[in-house]
Amino acid sequence: MTEAMTEATRAEHCVIACAEEWRGDGEVLASPMGLIPSIGARLARLTFAPELLLTDGEALLVTPDGTVEGWLPYRRHLTLVTGGRRHVMMGASQIDRHGNQNISCVGPWERPVRQLLGVRGAPVNTLNNPVSYWVPRHSRRVFVERVDMVCGVGHDRAAGARYHALRRVVSDLGVLDFGGPGRTMRLVAVHPGVTVEQVREATSFEPAVADEVAVTRSPTAAELRLIREVIDPGNARAREVAG
Amino acid sequence: MRDKTMTADEAVSRLRDGMTVGIGGWGSRRKPMALVRALLRSEVSDLTVVSYGGPDVGMLAAAGRIRRLVAPFATLDSIPLEPHFRTARERGDLDLTEVDEAMFLWGLQAAANRLPFLPVRAGLGSDVMRVNPGLRTVTSPYDDGETFVAMPALRLDAALVHVNRADRRGNGQYLGPDPYFDDLFCEAADTAYVSCERLVDTAELTKAGPPQSLLVGRHTVTGVIEAPGGAHFTSCAPDYGRDEEFQRVYATTPWPRFAARYLGGDERAYRAAADGGRS
Repeated sequence: MTEAMTEATRAEHCVIACAEEWRGDGEVLASPMGLIPSIGARLARLTFAPELLLTDGEALLVTPDGTVEGWLPYRRHLTLVTGGRRHVMMGASQIDRHGNQNISCVGPWERPVRQLLGVRGAPVNTLNNPVSYWVPRHSRRVFVERVDMVCGVGHDRAAGARYHALRRVVSDLGVLDFGGPGRTMRLVAVHPGVTVEQVREATSFEPAVADEVAVTRSPTAAELRLIREVIDPGNARAREVAG
Repeated sequence: MRDKTMTADEAVSRLRDGMTVGIGGWGSRRKPMALVRALLRSEVSDLTVVSYGGPDVGMLAAAGRIRRLVAPFATLDSIPLEPHFRTARERGDLDLTEVDEAMFLWGLQAAANRLPFLPVRAGLGSDVMRVNPGLRTVTSPYDDGETFVAMPALRLDAALVHVNRADRRGNGQYLGPDPYFDDLFCEAADTAYVSCERLVDTAELTKAGPPQSLLVGRHTVTGVIEAPGGAHFTSCAPDYGRDEEFQRVYATTPWPRFAARYLGGDERAYRAAADGGRS
């Protein structure tokens, strides 16, 4: 017997919430942007979603122990996107109630107050393969009334987009889906210790709230061991989400 | 057989103000930095740069050589935001054609295939359409009737790419895991300049890697430049990884000081300064 695991941290609950996004996806590429989604994807692959494909962050498809099982340079990665065989979890510098996401710039596009990454692949992602979002710091600066530059396409702008599939938004406070009125954001779960009021406070718009807001499940003992001893022994996750 | 070898300065001397120049690699990976440094030594300016942007974009922007940038992003990978691209945008110093990664690729494909455009399922619904009012859409003539963006060809006056090996005729070989889109840049361009870590005899190429590693065909290449360390400080697997320490120096040193300290001389002087200039 190893010594008893301490209770799961907020970061570890976030890992679980992210991992759950890929449950049931089958043989598709799990494409996590950000550290906690990456841990979540590997956890899902090691436990309840063994069919998932994972990359080494460069051009190779690898099994969890690092064995190379395929070749995925950018040109083929883009075909996975347009072929729909991928579920990406992107970040968001800004996101609105409809799921419009911005990673390009803050302020007027013509001359930004703060230039960020650029649109990258957010437009093609959102029109072609399932998309979830990860926000490590749930705040009014991120959850905004209007994004400054629509990169990822939200529900109100996706008419006629046959493969548009926004799943959910996972933050350090909870999980939101798009089950609100007019397919807007709706709070469906909070992480242990978080209140619905806290989420409302940290959101610029008024999110819909599910009739019964769930509490994010805790990792099982086996999952906790995988997170702490196999996937992230250096506890880098605590630097992305404290507590 | 024509010998296409030349120096980086000779290659750059063929570029003209106002040209559209495509730059291969991706982010801070296998960028033709020796050619970019030669470009910085020249007077060539007013460029339209087409790039999956990295420090190539940052340096040329900082030096005021870019009139218009066509790109889906600019990043140093391990440092997410390219500092000089940021500064240039926040000052309003360059015009930007901001397109999605897939739109960019389809634009190169269209150019390589001599098509005016290719339909792409990307861009619609996003503000890429707002900030590029010239973009048009096209409707499928078949039963599905879907509407696509008609991504115009990104035809290039010149392409600059860096590979691991090349022969004197212009056959270029990559030995890392990702070809990026360097072959496509060359095919989309009227002229293409390929720098390489090492110039080898043609017969040596398939000893170093399988035939499918022969990425760039000589029929698409104008000039070959032997440039060891020619991607520095970006990565050039398997010859070398990214020089993270020097990239940090680049990202944190004010541009005039960085340029004076590292880019004042030729490539040899650059390497000496870069090797000796670590804190």
